[in-house]
Amino acid sequence: MTITANAPTHVRRSVLDELEAESIHIIREVLAEFENPGLLFSGGKDSVVVLHLLAKAVFPARVPIPVVHIDTGHNFGEVLKFRDQVVARYGLNLVVGSVQEYIDRGELTELPDGTRNRLQTRVLLDTIEANRFDVVFGGARRDEDKARAKERILSLRDEFGVWDPRNQRPEIWNLYNGRHAPGGHVRAFPISNWTERDIWAYINQEQIQLPPIYFAHKRQVFERDGMWRAVTGVSLPAQGEIVSIRQVRYRTVGDASCTGAVLSAADTVPKVLDELALATVTERGATRADDRISAAGMEDRKTEGYF
Amino acid sequence: MTTTLLRIATAGSVDDGKSTLVGRLLHDAKAILADSLDDIARTSAERGFGGEVPALDLALVTDGLRAEREQGITIDVAYRYFSTSNRSFILADCPGHVQYTRNTVTGASTADAAIVLVDARHGVLEQTRRHLGVLSLLRVPQLVIAVNKMDLVDWNEQRFSDIESQILDITAELGIKRTTVIPVSALNGDNIVDASALSDWYAGPTLLGLLEAFEPERGQATARLDVQYVIRPQGALAPGLAAEEYRDFRGYSGTLADGQLSVGDTVQIISNGQPATSNIKSIRNSHGEVSTALTGEAVLVELTGEIDIARGDTIIAGEPKAPVREIEANICVLSPTKITAGQLVLIKHGTKVARAKIESLDHVINVVDFARSVATELQLNDLARITVRSSAALAVDEYQNSRTAGSFLLIDPNSGATLAAGIIEAQNAAA
Repeated sequence: MTITANAPTHVRRSVLDELEAESIHIIREVLAEFENPGLLFSGGKDSVVVLHLLAKAVFPARVPIPVVHIDTGHNFGEVLKFRDQVVARYGLNLVVGSVQEYIDRGELTELPDGTRNRLQTRVLLDTIEANRFDVVFGGARRDEDKARAKERILSLRDEFGVWDPRNQRPEIWNLYNGRHAPGGHVRAFPISNWTERDIWAYINQEQIQLPPIYFAHKRQVFERDGMWRAVTGVSLPAQGEIVSIRQVRYRTVGDASCTGAVLSAADTVPKVLDELALATVTERGATRADDRISAAGMEDRKTEGYF
Repeated sequence: MTTTLLRIATAGSVDDGKSTLVGRLLHDAKAILADSLDDIARTSAERGFGGEVPALDLALVTDGLRAEREQGITIDVAYRYFSTSNRSFILADCPGHVQYTRNTVTGASTADAAIVLVDARHGVLEQTRRHLGVLSLLRVPQLVIAVNKMDLVDWNEQRFSDIESQILDITAELGIKRTTVIPVSALNGDNIVDASALSDWYAGPTLLGLLEAFEPERGQATARLDVQYVIRPQGALAPGLAAEEYRDFRGYSGTLADGQLSVGDTVQIISNGQPATSNIKSIRNSHGEVSTALTGEAVLVELTGEIDIARGDTIIAGEPKAPVREIEANICVLSPTKITAGQLVLIKHGTKVARAKIESLDHVINVVDFARSVATELQLNDLARITVRSSAALAVDEYQNSRTAGSFLLIDPNSGATLAAGIIEAQNAAA
């Protein structure tokens, strides 16, 4: 990994080097200025990249903050297994907020459509409060959605976790100001400026491990709303929906009840990059049922305290 | 060939066709995927865009939040991403109407280049002068003036030349070094990506051509590292590392704001204590150990000798300017909280936060004609020259020498709000 850099200063660095440096700068500012940070970690590629950057930002020290997983109870088994491996490899503390436990205790009610993405918000806010996190890192990117395009790198949230796009703190230069009202907290998004392609190119460059469902595999699926949905305990075909075995992969890793797969033969990172170069549909449009409900799906969830 | 990153900002209002221009750039750079394009086509058709010849309303690409659509306004800066074969772009799309100055300062603060729109029918307006004024204060390295809607003036060469010479007069007066004026039609895509056949009299670059070729100058100044975070792993070493190798490790992390830094370099440490001198013992960037770090890299350095360094201290190679407590600066007021002389604030400069006091309000600057006037209080969006006195000596430089050393935030110590962005113009005597 050691490189000798004796190039003159005017040599421009690569896009990934610049994005990486910006992210590490943000992470170090947050670690230095906040009392009690946590990292939201779903096992998805974006949160895996944030963890990788966090480890680089503090090298040779151990990642000094816990990872927080809001477990909807509908996660893919492969992803949970991956999460536990990562926690062990980095020597992390894992905090789990369980949507299932809230439902079992009667504190949350299952939605009519059976999806649980929206139910995460309450559990997330309670977990932040119970652990007294004054900031949580997240892997949200501005290229994902038009609501996220207006998100700050340090996003202030009140005690209800509400995102108010009309009352955002301006961010000038790389001078971040994370001061917030008592009872509120901050969401820090160090990879705000990365695109989906940047993430995959970085995963390729850094040889970062991901859950296997990101790569082409055979799976029992059925087609719904133009998306390929896995047959799982929480996602079953309705009458008339035909189940077949297809070669698929996931572009995002979310709740199995609302995340769709795409038909794909890309079983390695370079092949995924080739596929993305030809992709004609956005990442969320292809795979997230909850963002298809309305054009403002993400905006609504964010104002409710979603990340 | 390595793809490089360029940060750009757009300034202008909806009326100038800014949304259409941004939509056009994203569309022609193929950054809009089919599902988004379908949405745009559907909405364009519903609204009858293009009349008898149905067309895509590219302004819809930047259509924002529901709250904005409902009120017909644009809230806040939106960030867009697109790339060509040799460059990736981060575009800060700054809305023109509400909180104009605040948004433009935000978007332009990190920009390598800024695009200002002028409507060819209306020419240079007061608003154009305001855009150019703010961008000149922020010293954006390259300005691109897109004279838009050339189709509506029949691609009249004289019309364009008149606007161009007016613009160049203003930018010369403002001391803006690099200005390029381009005739375009964002609606039809003329001179955006490809040179237009309708302007054979225009020999300059297309908008995207210019942005692809432009090389910002970076890293000319003295090496400067504001210490963000001191790393002493002690017992909490990353898994897999040998404990004996890092037992006494003490590294200073930060982003190399200017210049370059090499192992063996003699450096000055600027802190609140006694100034100290040391040498760079090792440098690590994100790839591993290196002999030299470049501008913009996030690094971890070890120094020789026993030195007490904390977050907020600055490591500078070469002869640093004496740190100061009293700073003269232009500020842009970013918060509805009024600013008055005598007010106590926090100043954030580099990685240091110190208590400070607004010593005096020297004058308010009218950004249209740069006329100065006296004020007893400053309000949101005001630009003003002030003198601020810091409780800690700060290693400042003029903004034109270093964006990092020459900029700061003023923060309300009670609410925590960011009150103002400051640009350091001249320094008073050393503290």
